Amino acid sequence: MKKDDVPQDKGSLESADFKELCYAVDENGKYTTVNSSGWTPKTIALDNAIEDINERVENAKQRVLNNETSPIEYYMEYHKMDLGILASYVGLWRWRVKRHFNPKVFNKLSQKKLQKYADVFDVTIEQLKNITLHGN
Amino acid sequence: MEIDFTHHQSAHCENGVVSNLMKHHGFQVSEPMVFGIGSGLLFCYIPFLMVNHAPAITYRVMPGFIFKRFANRVGIKIKREKFKQPSNAKKRLDENLKKDNPVGLQVGVYNLVYFPDEYRFHFNAHNLVVYGKDKDNYLISDPVMEHVTTLTSKELEKVRFAKGAFAPKGHMYYPIYIPKEITLEKAIVKGIKHTCRDMLAPIPIVGVKGIKMVSRLIRKWPNKKGNKVANHYLGQIVRMQEEIGTGGGGFRYIFAAFLQEASDILNNPKLKELSKEMTQIGDLWRDFALDASRLYKNRSGKTDGYNNIADQLEIIANKEEVFFKKLKKAIK
Repeated sequence: MKKDDVPQDKGSLESADFKELCYAVDENGKYTTVNSSGWTPKTIALDNAIEDINERVENAKQRVLNNETSPIEYYMEYHKMDLGILASYVGLWRWRVKRHFNPKVFNKLSQKKLQKYADVFDVTIEQLKNITLHGN
Repeated sequence: MEIDFTHHQSAHCENGVVSNLMKHHGFQVSEPMVFGIGSGLLFCYIPFLMVNHAPAITYRVMPGFIFKRFANRVGIKIKREKFKQPSNAKKRLDENLKKDNPVGLQVGVYNLVYFPDEYRFHFNAHNLVVYGKDKDNYLISDPVMEHVTTLTSKELEKVRFAKGAFAPKGHMYYPIYIPKEITLEKAIVKGIKHTCRDMLAPIPIVGVKGIKMVSRLIRKWPNKKGNKVANHYLGQIVRMQEEIGTGGGGFRYIFAAFLQEASDILNNPKLKELSKEMTQIGDLWRDFALDASRLYKNRSGKTDGYNNIADQLEIIANKEEVFFKKLKKAIK
């Protein structure tokens, strides 16, 4: 890539006001570094990933409201986690976390377990039990 | 307390930390040089590791390997520490800062508050340097950032004890022995040989063979996985190639920059020619990313679109195969 070809597209980095470093060749074919403000293909890939996550969150939210799953799944998706990551954060086996997705099981969870989840998701127990209290 | 530490921005976190720590200890070693000697370049398709609901593809070696190999090859000794207790991790960090010793840390990205939200994923192999402490704020030199930044002790603890794949467990590292003089020639040759071996490995998911495998898979994805999943997987390939979350892209260019620098040090003009060739291959990777992004932006499920970019990958794989065979010969 030539120095002048280093993309300066508008990207999500712009809002954060930081540029990333790229290696490119100058007029004499010598390697140098240039800051880039972003590249459209990357922005598209990232936007797609974010959109996908938002869809998952929305889907989980609806299922919590329909009492098909517990708020734990909603918060898990909200924090971009999957079962394995959440399980390691709360220090439980994956199958146990999965079981807690069941609203019936969730409603019987001890204060201690609830607190563990609440801490990981950085919410209060009330917010954990009632996702409509979760400000986003 | 603040250590007199100079922050240099880099394209990739691990190279950057090593290069910055080396410069701090009085050795001008560039980021590409660290990457090349550490044999950072790789391609590996890891179907059994799902990242963000898609199979992982990596364009570089496992986290920590670059530093490890670099240190071995230039004769540096590094001390690495991991902790069970966050309080111990904090104590050891503070002790080092008191002794004027900047340390490298492996951290999780999700809770790095200075990153834009969109970039915060559960990726646990990011690297940064802590070079001081001001009351409750740790002074941070994150190599992918333009400027230095800070994290409170609570924020730092969160990222040091992130969970999931590659959980850092408070991992911190710093050189404890650096020879008076370091010679790069032998280290460079070792680094190049290793990269050639990796890229030409007779293993289906690694190196050139790995690229060919992904190319074959891309052809199958739309029929086998459906349009939506195929697009998601494709997006993941581009993101892993280019995004900050995995440490920043452009590895082919960094490697080309390394070859150019190595050519002067080894007095080997062939490497300069090969550097040019690698730059062109880097451009092909970018064209691939561009076309792939167009494909999933339009969301068309046309199989020719997928076949088209699979063809591009196959061409890249063939070119890299030729390239690494030539490179292997060039340093004999």
